[in-house]
Amino acid sequence: MSAVLFFIAAIVAIAGALGVVMLRNPFYSVLALVCHLVALAALFLLLRAEFVAAAQVVVYAGAVMVLYVFVVAYVGGTDVSAGRLTGGAERPSGALRVLAPLFGLAIAVELCIALLGTALRGISGKGAPYVLGFGTPEQIGTEFLTRYLFPFEAASLLLLVAAVGAVVLARRRRGLEPDEEPVGRPRSRPAYTGTMAEVAGLLSPGRAQRADWAAASADAQAERDRRAPEPTAPAPVAAAAPEDGR
Amino acid sequence: MAIGWYLAVSAIIFCIGAVGVLVRPNPLVILLCLELMLNAANLALIAFSRMWGGPDGQVFALIVMVVAACEVTVGLGLIVAIYRRRLAIDVDELNELRG
Repeated sequence: MSAVLFFIAAIVAIAGALGVVMLRNPFYSVLALVCHLVALAALFLLLRAEFVAAAQVVVYAGAVMVLYVFVVAYVGGTDVSAGRLTGGAERPSGALRVLAPLFGLAIAVELCIALLGTALRGISGKGAPYVLGFGTPEQIGTEFLTRYLFPFEAASLLLLVAAVGAVVLARRRRGLEPDEEPVGRPRSRPAYTGTMAEVAGLLSPGRAQRADWAAASADAQAERDRRAPEPTAPAPVAAAAPEDGR
Repeated sequence: MAIGWYLAVSAIIFCIGAVGVLVRPNPLVILLCLELMLNAANLALIAFSRMWGGPDGQVFALIVMVVAACEVTVGLGLIVAIYRRRLAIDVDELNELRG
């Protein structure tokens, strides 16, 4: 029974891993990784690591994969290189694409040699006799709070640093990147380059420079008011029109 | 099942992940392949923990999961920052460390 379960879980895990590498769309890669992680949790259960299996499903397949799915949805799920493969001759990865499977094969052969030629006798056995309480949260927690207290605290510090670092990395920085151009909303522009409302003093230049939506929509409103009575618009309107078209 | 079978599965998954890191140009998929390699290491750790009958391997597997979560967080933050700057999300294009 356990052999059947092992082979099912192992085949699903390897198929999921292959799917992560081979599928073109990153979104499907993430889903394949979820399959792989669940199968791996089954393998952990067969190895009597209950707590790690539960943590694998809850933390990995639950939380981390949700993060992946959000980022894939934000960045856009298309593989950028798919359309660019036609000019692949000058791509730096052209030679790598051939060499990488050879490298993987070399690692596989090396690991097989290490597995088959090992002097470790326990590998061919079924493991130590099972004692009650092996792999339970109680045992893991006791280990974490007694013998492995320092790695535990270091891990908590690492999580804190990673959280702060991710916020610092992904926050919006002024001046480093081009302004976001949301679809369907008026775009910001420098002061005194557009509408009559600024010239007439209805809008202060500070407000226009801050590019908040209220000022921009007020600009658009003033533009519409101005354009309505005079259909044949002179040059300023023509200059402002492409910006409003966004 | 003998412990050797679990180690063989772990080796295969590790090789697939290593090839994926080298082949795919998309950093998102590269992060996924790093996850594959870390999970292969986790499987080997837990198999050895079962072999010796001690909980140490499982403790290390949990630490590896924490490190993997941190790596994912920082990596995805980097990808979002790259996307915000309108750069191509492609590791062959992003080969300069210039701010």
